[in-house]
Amino acid sequence: MIGSSSSPGRLALERFLRDRMAVAGLVVLVLAALAAGIGPLLLGIDPDRAGDLALAPPGAAHWMGTDIHGRDLLARVLIGTRISLAVGAVGALVSLMIGVAWGVVAGAAGGRTDAWLMRVVDGLQALPTVVWVMLGMTLFEAGLAGRFAQRWPDALPVLRLAAMMICLGSVSWLTMARVIRAQTLVLRQRPFLLAATALGVPPVRWFLRHLLPNLSGVILVYLTLSVPSVVLYESFLSFLGLGVRPPQASLGSLIADGASQLNPIRVRWWLLVFPAGLMALLLAALNSVGAGLRAAFEPREGSR
Amino acid sequence: MPAVWLLAAWTLLVGLLTGCGQAERADLVIHNGPEPETIDPQILTGQADGRIASALFEGLTRFNPTNGTAMPGLASHWEISGDGRTYTFFLRPEARWSTGEPIHAEEVVWSWRRVVTPATAADYSSQFFCVRNGRALVNGELRDPSLLGAEAVDARTVRVHLENPTPYFLELAASRVFFPIPRRAVERWGDQWIRADPLPCSGPYQLLGWRVNDRFRLRRNPRYWDAGRVDAERIDVLSGDNPSTALNLFLSGEVDLISDRKIIPGELGPELARRPDFHRFDYLGQDFIRFNTTRKPFQDARVRRAVALAIDRERITTRITRMGERPSAGITPAGTGGYQPPAGLPFDPQAARRLLAEAGYPGGGGFPTVEYAFNVGSRIYEQTGVEIQAMLREHLGIRVELRPLEWKTYLAEMSALNYDFIRGSWIGDYDDPMTFLDCFLSDSGNNRTGWKDARYDRLLREAASEGVPQRRAGILREAETLLIAEAVPVTGLYSHVGLYAADPRRVAGVWPNRMDEHPFFSMRRIRP
Amino acid sequence: MKSWASRLALVPVLLWAVATLCFFLLRALPGGPFDRERPAASREVEAALRARYHWDEPLGRQYLRYLGNLARGDLGPSLKYRNHSVNDLLGQTVPVSLSLGALAFAVAMGLGIPVGVFSALGRNRWADATASLLTLVGVCVPVFVLGPLLVLVFAVGLEWFPVALWGGWTRAVLPTLTLGLYFAARVARWMREGMLEVLQSPHVQAARARGLGEGAVILRHVLPVALVPVVSYTGPMLADLLTGSFVVENVFQIPGTGAFFVNSFFSRDYPLMMGLVLFYCLVLQVLSLITDLLLRWIDPRIGS
Repeated sequence: MIGSSSSPGRLALERFLRDRMAVAGLVVLVLAALAAGIGPLLLGIDPDRAGDLALAPPGAAHWMGTDIHGRDLLARVLIGTRISLAVGAVGALVSLMIGVAWGVVAGAAGGRTDAWLMRVVDGLQALPTVVWVMLGMTLFEAGLAGRFAQRWPDALPVLRLAAMMICLGSVSWLTMARVIRAQTLVLRQRPFLLAATALGVPPVRWFLRHLLPNLSGVILVYLTLSVPSVVLYESFLSFLGLGVRPPQASLGSLIADGASQLNPIRVRWWLLVFPAGLMALLLAALNSVGAGLRAAFEPREGSR
Repeated sequence: MPAVWLLAAWTLLVGLLTGCGQAERADLVIHNGPEPETIDPQILTGQADGRIASALFEGLTRFNPTNGTAMPGLASHWEISGDGRTYTFFLRPEARWSTGEPIHAEEVVWSWRRVVTPATAADYSSQFFCVRNGRALVNGELRDPSLLGAEAVDARTVRVHLENPTPYFLELAASRVFFPIPRRAVERWGDQWIRADPLPCSGPYQLLGWRVNDRFRLRRNPRYWDAGRVDAERIDVLSGDNPSTALNLFLSGEVDLISDRKIIPGELGPELARRPDFHRFDYLGQDFIRFNTTRKPFQDARVRRAVALAIDRERITTRITRMGERPSAGITPAGTGGYQPPAGLPFDPQAARRLLAEAGYPGGGGFPTVEYAFNVGSRIYEQTGVEIQAMLREHLGIRVELRPLEWKTYLAEMSALNYDFIRGSWIGDYDDPMTFLDCFLSDSGNNRTGWKDARYDRLLREAASEGVPQRRAGILREAETLLIAEAVPVTGLYSHVGLYAADPRRVAGVWPNRMDEHPFFSMRRIRP
Repeated sequence: MKSWASRLALVPVLLWAVATLCFFLLRALPGGPFDRERPAASREVEAALRARYHWDEPLGRQYLRYLGNLARGDLGPSLKYRNHSVNDLLGQTVPVSLSLGALAFAVAMGLGIPVGVFSALGRNRWADATASLLTLVGVCVPVFVLGPLLVLVFAVGLEWFPVALWGGWTRAVLPTLTLGLYFAARVARWMREGMLEVLQSPHVQAARARGLGEGAVILRHVLPVALVPVVSYTGPMLADLLTGSFVVENVFQIPGTGAFFVNSFFSRDYPLMMGLVLFYCLVLQVLSLITDLLLRWIDPRIGS
């Protein structure tokens, strides 16, 4: 019944908490975020300090070993997690904002506007997105980086990250737009929204007060599911040399560096296993949280 | 369901597509590094490009595979005039193209005239500056190519007139840009004559096939004048970008020789160099740092000298590059053409701090944040940057930001003098210090530091026209001292070390040499 | 029919838009195709080089010239590979990339669909375990780690397959698996969800009640509907397949277009870059039209 005592959100939360995999995933994420956020501070290691003990395997002094400059790998992995999660989250948020706006307008307007907007999505879907990202990042370096470097050198790495988040987000919003549009189309026919339209509620309030809360489930699900793809995309960019720049590191760039350890001559396994393992763990956690959220908001009978 | 059958049929068809193209293994398989941009000897610039061109063509002289010096090629012998300014080459009677026509002296001279014609757009036409009127023709000051200081005395004799006594001219004559090219093919096919079929070749091999991003198929050229010595009947030269893959191919026996260091995994260099099938050698190249002398803070030579004194080059070569490179603050690698460069500035943090204080930044106070720029080609450059950043912070108290740049941006910024200090490197075109030192002439396009010094220019001009080797070396040393110890618009880091892979149980006829030249005519596959 | 016609008509418009956007954006990047480490021998030589490629003409004229050639199917000369035209380069490398892509697609479907079906049916513990492993590997391990890992284990270690190159069945296995596993995991997931969605639906219950064997029920009533999400995600998946193929072609030294894609960007070989982008756009548009046709065929209700 509409307006019953248990709100859909409450119900979803209860269902979510019953799903063990999802809860486990959430715990992992929270722990990782905590570790990444305050870990380096607590441990007192500087991820950028070049030491004398280079390429050392894991041991008492360095729990995850060191890299070629003698930098502690554990600290770099934690920093990398911080940046990867940040890039993933913000990139996903950017894609959310564009996708929701697009999808809602398409779904709510209907008719020709809807058809045209979706045609653009179709068209964009069939473009090699990697080109835009490469272009975007290179143009940023060429155009803005020089100017910022002179005036605010401290801000430059952050701005670069921001540019990357925007680039990545702006190529990942297509699926979100589709899903939001589909959901809007369904919700539009629901009595409470029909009533709101009939009452002549202004569009902005119609969207914010009536539509959005009902979309929140879907949004949350797809947000969680798009973070992994943004993180993976960033690692791909790092592999190409366009991602995070030294001396910063993201999990993706650490993995791209460590991929060269897969050779038959000398495998410094810690340089790959730890960053890759942690990223796999994070991605798995994100996926199970996303799956759990989806099951929670759209329950199926007879499913686990 | 029909869809499943459709899928199966499709898979089968596609599988068949991948099946074709699997021919028998060639006698020798060489991994050449990245796909060449062009194999036209007159316009090529890359090393991988040059290797293919020297399989197909030859010059009046050719490189000695054991030490990279010049030995007779298409010319059987030569005479040099007393003042060192006139060379007379005598072509072999048996010199002919693979299509049968003999190679005449007129064709040699015609080829050279074509190179110095600006319309040919030959990047290496600057190699002809040592020939009389070469520079003027390339610059467009003279328009008539026949004014080039080279003539065909008769059908078998080529005479060259040089501007100055050039001790390395014989090596130059062995370089690609001096190769004679088949006139008939060029007249028929124009600029794309290299795609002619059949392609007339003057070198030990002919081109059977060229598959982009895959391989070149070479076949022995029976009309090569030294064909009797050429051992391998078929050679496959592979092109690829991934060093780990090239290494795997070599270790699994699919590739017999890796000829380019770029395609050997950098991080494994030190381990690999210890193996008997990998060969390390001192190479004709230098890594250094350029300072932008047109703006603060590196406008001040004291600041530049301070930075040069604060860099521990040995730390970089032992921890980062780790291939036994020789740390060097100079520009010319030691032993280039028998020349011993001056020592340059040592690692002396105290002196560095003193100089910095003198320049007005005691303890690094008030020194602006500067950016060290480098190209992202290799992790080594990034790692070197990190070390430099740490060293300058520790010894001078100055703050350095790293600025990784993608290749074209790197070139553009360097040319536009839009940097503070930037990574640089130079590989010599011939075995003589002049190729390194003339980069920093006031009007050289290679300078890219904004530094101009009339005395330096004068010294180099003097050296060029000096005939006596010891005196010439002395003048060059004086010039280099000015460059790297006094004015210091550049400061060296280390001399390059080359690496190639050739299993001595499988391949013979390849020797390490400073020029990194491994001529095809001497390679042999060892049959069990 | 009208919508198909208009969709087809949009393709050349899209291509034109992409060509124009790329043309001008690429030239905004710093550095040009003729910048080399060694500067030109003289200004005359540089001018001659530019003139040869019409680089000295005003931008508008170059653009019109490019469009004119494009209409004739001539993609221009490559600025980096000076002895080849773009048509040449594509002609040699495209068949290889298409073969690799098709094979990987077959793996993705051939592995993903059965695994998804069986794990949804929930009877087989093996299928469940495979599905989980597949998901873990496919979703969390980047392609540039999976490839070298497979090579290290199966080619270098066990020596079952060659380490690289292309040509013949044995060489195709590892690259195809590397590229296909990534997508097989996703296909399995969508298949499983689609199946679970349908298995509980009333009309499937009705078919069971009519006494149809389980096998027949699955094949005739469940699969067609369950395949819908899989097929509809094929579009975006193909675009991702493309970016993944760069890495695979690089790792296995396969003579496809992947190497050109990234290299042409870094060397500012505009004609080659644009030729590639346009070609991929065309391919993806055609493929997405095909998948839409397939969707209609499977379930005529779709398409509103």
